[in-house]
Amino acid sequence: MIVQGRAWRLGDNVDTDQLLPGRYLSLTEPAELARHCLEDVRPDFCVGVKAGDLLVAGENLGCGSSREHAPLALKTLGISCLVAASFARIFFRNSINLGLPALTCPEAVAGIADGDLLRIDLESGEIENLTHPARFQAPPLPDFLTEIIRAGGMTAYVRGALARRQADHRLGR
Amino acid sequence: MGMTLTEKILARACGREQVRAGEIIRAAVDLVFASDVTMPLAAIELERMQVERLFDPERVAIICDHFTPNATVEGAQRVKQLRDFARRYGVHHFYEPGCGGNFGVEHTLLPEEGLVRPGMVIVGGDSHTTSYGALGAFASGFGSTDIAAAMALGELWLRVPATMRFVFSGALPRWVGGKDLILHTIGRIGVAGALYRAMEFDGPAIAALSVEQRLTMCNMAVEAGAKNGLMPVDEETCRYLAAHGVGEAPSLSSDPDANFYSVTEIDVSDLEPQVACPFSPDNVQPVSALRDTRLDAVFIGSCTNGRIEDLRVAASILGGRRIYPGVRLLVIPATQRVYQQALREGLLMAFVQAGAAVGAPTCGPCFGGHTGLLAAGERALSTSNRNFVGRMGHPQSQVYLASAAVAAASAVLGRIAHPEEVMG
Repeated sequence: MIVQGRAWRLGDNVDTDQLLPGRYLSLTEPAELARHCLEDVRPDFCVGVKAGDLLVAGENLGCGSSREHAPLALKTLGISCLVAASFARIFFRNSINLGLPALTCPEAVAGIADGDLLRIDLESGEIENLTHPARFQAPPLPDFLTEIIRAGGMTAYVRGALARRQADHRLGR
Repeated sequence: MGMTLTEKILARACGREQVRAGEIIRAAVDLVFASDVTMPLAAIELERMQVERLFDPERVAIICDHFTPNATVEGAQRVKQLRDFARRYGVHHFYEPGCGGNFGVEHTLLPEEGLVRPGMVIVGGDSHTTSYGALGAFASGFGSTDIAAAMALGELWLRVPATMRFVFSGALPRWVGGKDLILHTIGRIGVAGALYRAMEFDGPAIAALSVEQRLTMCNMAVEAGAKNGLMPVDEETCRYLAAHGVGEAPSLSSDPDANFYSVTEIDVSDLEPQVACPFSPDNVQPVSALRDTRLDAVFIGSCTNGRIEDLRVAASILGGRRIYPGVRLLVIPATQRVYQQALREGLLMAFVQAGAAVGAPTCGPCFGGHTGLLAAGERALSTSNRNFVGRMGHPQSQVYLASAAVAAASAVLGRIAHPEEVMG
């Protein structure tokens, strides 16, 4: 699958409080959450982001709280892929579980400026900067994650696992 | 070759003799819980997963602690939904304020309730789930969809983390404790210094710490990016567990010949109380370097430092004194049990007489949700765990992190202060 869009370039250690401030955490409606994404630190983001755009950040993207509200807001705004030099682990899992691809590639991050047009092959991990022509290779996701993504995200994966268990139970296994 | 404590716990959880750092496993889960912030999204996912029964309702807990006592209308709606959810799925470990039983901040509450035991795999819908490593459990934070999956299946995929071992030696100086050790450690390695790894804390200075202070340390392991924090189980652990209704506890520790990612020795003999400056928990300085920092507000509470020992040390400093004019102090015991104990010991009276506001147990101020929030340009010192931009309110406010002792002294002097400046 190929995605293409403009890069929103952020720095190192962008925490989940920046992505989705704590005061909005009693909201559960994705569209309502999305309105507050990055509002304290990058107020132009929510209003300017277009479906297909990408978030590109430095080290430790999504550090801090476990709030899934943060990647949910990004996905709802139409972010097609996250590219970072490294990810905080809970945020990485949350993104994958929601079906929001997350690629780790420090070289690409160093070679992408705010607003650059990018094209990414999500299967192979190839990242192409169309504004400042350059190609980068992110390591493809491990097999077990591909399995979850292939199932359509964690929720669909669990639905399948439960169905298999029930079938096994019926067959007396 | 031997195994680290984390490897031992995860090997048992996936039914194998041995696992190694880097392996992907499916781990059986012993306890899974979420809060009024993370459980509502998990409940939506459970619905989508078409889950009719949780894997084991007795191993599931729901704690309403973030927007409670119901602080917003949306929050009240969420708690109501969760109450219905708990009834429908038979979740008896359901906690909300003012319903007769214990309640309060989850990471203080669950050990008090005897739900945490050494060797468990604990999956929590909150990043500070790392706390329970202080009791020898593998405990890590997850998002709502993972929580839903764990509640449905009773298992979760994990990558076995490599272990960074920190050995603390020397005698702790007066006014220096668990909060200072962990702030110092995060200051040394940075907020991504333990990314994806286990942080294991050991050594004579750890053995000398109470379980409450150990919980403070493991609580903040996630601020260095760690998957879990962990400590060996010793006599002090067993004493704590016995006092909270947990009988038999296995003695657990890493093997001497285990493979560690790194081993760092830290001598605490000359350590000063530590303070993390805005806007990152790794921006750490000794308290003496910050003595000119004037404050508008001080908060004592949270899952990091809202336990009875924290309130005791704070009251020992505030007792018979008054808060500095123009500074506001908010004290929130982390749980109802802590609140009751503080009442019995006269600690709450000491806070009130010093001029403080004392609140009902909640996470509110720590994550900027409600109660005691900061206005633009205001500067606070907090005993909590994060000082990101806007963490406790307005994006132009500032938060410093420190122990309850430093917080109490700072409230008295109206600026960041070493407790000995007040106590001599």
